[in-house]
Amino acid sequence: MGRKAKFNDGVLVKKGPGKKAKKQKDPIFPKSLNVSDDADKKLSSRQKKRFKRREEKKAELLEKRKQNQKTKKEGKSDYKKGKGPLAPPNQYFSESESGDDDEIDEDETDAESMHEEASGSVEEINVKGFSDDNQAWLRPKSRKGFRPPSSDEEQGGEEKSDEDMEEEQDSEDHDFTVEKLNDLSDNEDDEFDTDTADEEEDDTNTEDADDDLLPIEKQNIKLKKKQARIQKESDAEMQSIISEQATFQFPSKDSEEVVSLQDVQQRIREVIFVLSDFNKHRDSNHSRSDYIELIRNDLCTYYSYNEFLMEKFMQLFPLSELLEFLEASEVQRPLTIRTNTLKTRRRDLAQALINRGVNLDPIGKWSKVGLVVYSAVVPMGATPEYLAGHYIIQGASSFLPVMALAPQENEKVLDMSAAPGGKASHIAAIMKNTGVLFANDLNKDRIKAVVGNFHRLGVMNSVITCMDGRKFPSLMKVFFDRVLLDAPCTGTGVVAKDQSVKTSKDEIDIQRCYNLQRQLLLAAIDSVHAKSSTGGYIVYSTCSVLPEENEWVIDFALKKRNVKLVDTGLGFGTAGFTKYRHLRFHPTMNLTRRFYPHEHNLDGFFVAKLKKFSNVIPTSDDSEVVEDFNFNEDILNEEEEVNEKQNKKSKQNQQGNDKKGKNSNKEKSHKNQVGSKEKGKKGKNLNGNETNKTDDIEKPTTSKNKKNKSKKTDITTNKVNWDEVPKKVGVKLNKKVKKDSKKKTFGELKQKKEKFNVNRTDRKFKKNRN
Amino acid sequence: MRRLSEERTKVLFEKLAKYIGPNIKQLIERPDGVYCFREQKDRVYYVSENLLKLAATVPTENIVSLGTCFGKFTKSGKFKLNITALNYLGAYAQCKIWLKPSAEQQFLYGNNISKAGLGRISENCEKYQGVVVYSMSDLPLGFGVAARSTAECKMADPISPVCFHQADIGEYIRCEEDLL
Repeated sequence: MGRKAKFNDGVLVKKGPGKKAKKQKDPIFPKSLNVSDDADKKLSSRQKKRFKRREEKKAELLEKRKQNQKTKKEGKSDYKKGKGPLAPPNQYFSESESGDDDEIDEDETDAESMHEEASGSVEEINVKGFSDDNQAWLRPKSRKGFRPPSSDEEQGGEEKSDEDMEEEQDSEDHDFTVEKLNDLSDNEDDEFDTDTADEEEDDTNTEDADDDLLPIEKQNIKLKKKQARIQKESDAEMQSIISEQATFQFPSKDSEEVVSLQDVQQRIREVIFVLSDFNKHRDSNHSRSDYIELIRNDLCTYYSYNEFLMEKFMQLFPLSELLEFLEASEVQRPLTIRTNTLKTRRRDLAQALINRGVNLDPIGKWSKVGLVVYSAVVPMGATPEYLAGHYIIQGASSFLPVMALAPQENEKVLDMSAAPGGKASHIAAIMKNTGVLFANDLNKDRIKAVVGNFHRLGVMNSVITCMDGRKFPSLMKVFFDRVLLDAPCTGTGVVAKDQSVKTSKDEIDIQRCYNLQRQLLLAAIDSVHAKSSTGGYIVYSTCSVLPEENEWVIDFALKKRNVKLVDTGLGFGTAGFTKYRHLRFHPTMNLTRRFYPHEHNLDGFFVAKLKKFSNVIPTSDDSEVVEDFNFNEDILNEEEEVNEKQNKKSKQNQQGNDKKGKNSNKEKSHKNQVGSKEKGKKGKNLNGNETNKTDDIEKPTTSKNKKNKSKKTDITTNKVNWDEVPKKVGVKLNKKVKKDSKKKTFGELKQKKEKFNVNRTDRKFKKNRN
Repeated sequence: MRRLSEERTKVLFEKLAKYIGPNIKQLIERPDGVYCFREQKDRVYYVSENLLKLAATVPTENIVSLGTCFGKFTKSGKFKLNITALNYLGAYAQCKIWLKPSAEQQFLYGNNISKAGLGRISENCEKYQGVVVYSMSDLPLGFGVAARSTAECKMADPISPVCFHQADIGEYIRCEEDLL
């Protein structure tokens, strides 16, 4: 059949409600809801009559009531007048309760209690309106009489019997007092709550109040007014606080309450808002540092970092970015795999995996071997393709250093810290199993993974070694065409992978890391052949975002070796810092690349590519010795000075104790040389224009040395005239300082050598004197 | 790293011959350089001379592996082929078995191959000859020993084994620790 053609398109006429458009009945409302309509209707004559009658009755009732009130008031005032203002109101009770001394005693007590008592008694006279004051003890009137004030309640049972008596006496009054209860309470409340007040009654009440009130009653009223004022003020304050809270209120230091994570998050947002325009939103009582501290603590609790690391991040990122970074660091990056081009092609692999029920996509334009896995029915680490070595599971960020290294076929390449072999096997794949690949790692357990991966992936041109990377220059100096150093680091860029980083890292860990990184980088540079026809490149990468482990290390290498930074060849990534806080790095540092989880959806990563342009080490072997020597002397000098001081003191105590000789100094220098070998490059730092930090690090160790040495020198028995030593030291120190200032530029080998010679002669001279 | 003794070379080559037959020649005489077998801690590595020379600079105790590990000599002097040799065995294998996809997983967990899982088998397979096992998409999965000759396989009932398992690529994750 098909659809009928619509010939009369647009001229459709509705014939009526369709079959399905059954009309609903009009809704029926219950009568109670229809009242409003009735009210509008005109009343019937009978209704009118009834209404009139009702009105009249009402009016009568009102009049009666008014009269009643007046009579009561008069009666009351009479009664009051009868007692007279002189007589304390208590007496009224005490007359009946002859045996009750407590009431009188309380009168004699201090004014406050009297006041309270008085107000209580007034209420007793007025027969208890229910108010905030007496709510604690006032009970509903189900009982015959009123309850005595709490003070009375505490008293013994005897009194209660007395009270009962009293109540019986009062019972005559009770009838009208009961009626009066409403009005009285009105009287008390309405004076302040004018909104709800019945004006007529209020007028009468106030008139009465002005005319005839006991002083206690007046006091009571005053008190009430005062309380009301306070209430109003506090309300106003609350309002202002609420309005302030709309911006942000700095939490007081005293209130160390346990707050929920949501509250903390809220506060983080608020503080960031305040800090975004600090002058406008700030609380004038608190400085910016207060706010910063607050938000740091909050971020620490919310993301469970330790304070040190959070502070590092706060120094690194602007606040808005920081939050993004932290948030991104919570989430794992998508699973990525790298095609092993030694065994298959990406298209074939993708097809094979899709057939196994894996949902994947190419990683992006920047890589021809990467695939992103969105979801998989099978475990990605156990498919036959994986086992056959067609791919390896590898973070996308791990592609970058290898791409930056860009190894060529038939080259000699070194991967200094290779485990678990992802990047190294990538290198081998790019080299197509030609040339030589040295894959090294210090860790024996992790090197097994390299062996497994290499054999699985079919890497055949490799030598897998397990040794300290720093030893490579001594084994294969100036040998490799390219070196990849994926240095061990604190892992602050891959927090998502390893949450323990959040809390486990400390200043000392970072220090340890960058010291090792510097040594490794220098070793890497030293093992590269600068004159290599194809290479001479070093790629340094870490999975940390801290500049201490990245730019600073590179900067150090730039100063120490004949290397220059070159473009990484990666199309994206943010440029490295040329300056960071107090640190000023080499201007070409912008050629390095940083990757952030929140910006690039990669793990936090740093890649720098260095080109070695000369095999000559600016601090050649000879001068290195000199440097070491100088360094040692530096320490020596300090030691000597300290020792001298100590000695002077000790001289006073033990006169025969002045025995420190060149021999002992020699011992020291030897020791220091050994020590400095361990410390390696630290010692050299002193000569470069390094920042003070390294010096700070060394100081504690030297102080330790000092202690040790001072002990040792006590044992040695070589006599020396101590007046001579410091002079020479002073001269030497001056020389060194001059030299340092000159050394700031590269390639002043000659000068150094001359100086070295000078130093050497100096040394000889020293020895001769001994 | 040292050369294999005469005796051990013989044992090794006999073993290899079971799998790749005369193709051993191709292992030794390669157009892209001189390759040789070297031994360290009873492990046998197949490595190019060029690589060997460069590796000589590194102290032996620091070398974990170089080139390709083929297997190891047992204490009783026999040679045991490792799964790591599969790269070469797979390339030069004489006798091949292809597995049905359903039987792949079985084999990768270390089980023998029954007739039911047998997809294809090369023509001239003898009994107890070394065979390399492939998936139907020509993925080398491991190697073993033929339990029956090709002719016998045709007659065998579905549950009877046609290949005894020796090594499979599942070992890369099953026992990565003691791969070498």
